Amino acid sequence: MIGLIARRVLGALPNLLGIIAITFLLTRALPGDPAAFYAGPAGTQEAVEEVREKLGLNRSLPEQFWIYVKDLGSGNLGQSLSTGQAVIQELRMRLPASLELVFLALALAISIAIPLGVMAARHPNSWIDHLCRLVTTAGVSLPTFFTGLLLTYVFYFLLGWAPSPIGRLDPFLTPPSAITGIYTIDSLLHGDIVLFRACAAQLCLPVLTLTVFVLAPLARMTRGSMMAVLSADFVRTARASGLASPTILVRYALRNALLPVVTTVGMVFSFLLGMSVIVEKVFAWPGVGSFALDALVASDYAPVQGFVLTMALLYTLLNLGIDILYVVIDPRVQLTK
Amino acid sequence: MAVTTFWGQARATARENPFTLVAAAMFAGFLLIAIIGPWIVPFEPLASNAAQALTPPNAQHWFGTDSLGRDIYSRVVVATRVDLSIALSAVAFSFVVGGFLGAIAGFWGGRIEQTVMRLCDMVMSFPLFVLAMGIVAALGNSVFNIILATAIVNLPFYVRVARTEVNVRREAGFVEAARLSGNSDWRILLHHLIPNALPPMMVQVSLNMGWAILNAAGLSFIGLGVSPPQAEWGILVAEGASYIISGEWWVALFPGAVLMLAVFTFNFLGDGLRDLTDPRRRT
Repeated sequence: MIGLIARRVLGALPNLLGIIAITFLLTRALPGDPAAFYAGPAGTQEAVEEVREKLGLNRSLPEQFWIYVKDLGSGNLGQSLSTGQAVIQELRMRLPASLELVFLALALAISIAIPLGVMAARHPNSWIDHLCRLVTTAGVSLPTFFTGLLLTYVFYFLLGWAPSPIGRLDPFLTPPSAITGIYTIDSLLHGDIVLFRACAAQLCLPVLTLTVFVLAPLARMTRGSMMAVLSADFVRTARASGLASPTILVRYALRNALLPVVTTVGMVFSFLLGMSVIVEKVFAWPGVGSFALDALVASDYAPVQGFVLTMALLYTLLNLGIDILYVVIDPRVQLTK
Repeated sequence: MAVTTFWGQARATARENPFTLVAAAMFAGFLLIAIIGPWIVPFEPLASNAAQALTPPNAQHWFGTDSLGRDIYSRVVVATRVDLSIALSAVAFSFVVGGFLGAIAGFWGGRIEQTVMRLCDMVMSFPLFVLAMGIVAALGNSVFNIILATAIVNLPFYVRVARTEVNVRREAGFVEAARLSGNSDWRILLHHLIPNALPPMMVQVSLNMGWAILNAAGLSFIGLGVSPPQAEWGILVAEGASYIISGEWWVALFPGAVLMLAVFTFNFLGDGLRDLTDPRRRT
């Protein structure tokens, strides 16, 4: 098993190289002269030359690529022109905010979608199946920004249940001192229940917005995959042997139906990372996405590239985790590959 | 014969899933609006009227007016053409380039196939929307680059479909026959193999259209691509976003709802088309 996991990790290396190659290309494809760009609008001719020398822009492309890789290795993603900080610093500070959003939404979506899909497959054409169908077709068609604004209008303006959509915490409260950087966890670690509730309330709408979007593919895949498994012979045999219905459903059917669902989780994570940018904008959430957007508006490209790279690395990491999860769920994977 | 079975199956699909028919009708409606939109709008979409700013929906302004007093209904109607043409051009680009790359990869295999598939894997290892953002940021903020970015992130899906379709028929009897009668490789590819790959690729197109619209609108929502005075669904929603918390819901929600309706239409149409061409994959 360890050997297998090691092989999976090695298998992700070409992917990593691809990511670095593409982000490098994106760096070089900057409109205009990157050196003039990094020197800033006030840069003189000498300053531009100096930057060109410093960035190695006067060397050949392979050499430049090597410099780029070396910089990445030492965690140098460049400077943000608008904030004056190192990009890596900013990303590290803001990443917990984004992760909190994305992983909570993923967890919520999975915990709704799987039972929904299983029940829909168990009772085809029942009301729950129709509900599942409605959720799956409506969910993928909802633009995230539309859902977010609709939820804000209903739950903040009309009902007054949600706090105003202005970031992670009410401006009158002080955030918990950083341990993980994830406010809800930090406030719990400090034992501050009031603060925890304030953070959680702030999270509700953005997480819900993301969940609605990714619920659909997960529920659809669970339903389809469960339908196929439930009509298999071994399920009939289990049923004929008199096993209890929940046992058959969960221990026999679900475990076999789970592989394609886990694959879909990977796909859905890609959506989540993308859509989190939009959700962060709608809810003024200070994550990496809104950092990249602010930079983009100010034509400050280093943060955008750092952001793209971070997201791609996160995605690769999650896919690696999923690859390893396959083996845990289905030991047969080990034998065939 | 082929025609009757196709229509027979179309009727069966429509009977079983009446939503497909509704979606087809709505698709026709969207197309019509995209074509004649600018001539049927009751107000000039760019004309501001400060006296009428932020009026709620009424008989005169069906969708209300925005902060500059512009008629939102007119702006939403005019935006249809912009959004549909961005999505259509992006999808057409992925269709042609992806189809071609996939076909040569599936036909010749070997080094070509490895290179093409490796490139696809590289694109697929990014979260797609994030990569689209990165591409637009790097190439510059313009409508053309939005189209290009949307096309590039969708390319792998078309490459895969085309490659599989060409690959499974590479050794088929009719291909051997064509080769024996002296047709060149390119001729076989263009006249015998690619036409056979078209139906599943068309399904991919309709499944992809909804996503392409969402992607393009999402990019303009965050401030890329189409620039503000022009009407585009994503921008219209972005313009209205700040009025949501003060209760002027119509500014953002009407354009958002129309965008949702368009994506809905394409998704249903895509599902129906897939059922039509490949009943086995029906869910």
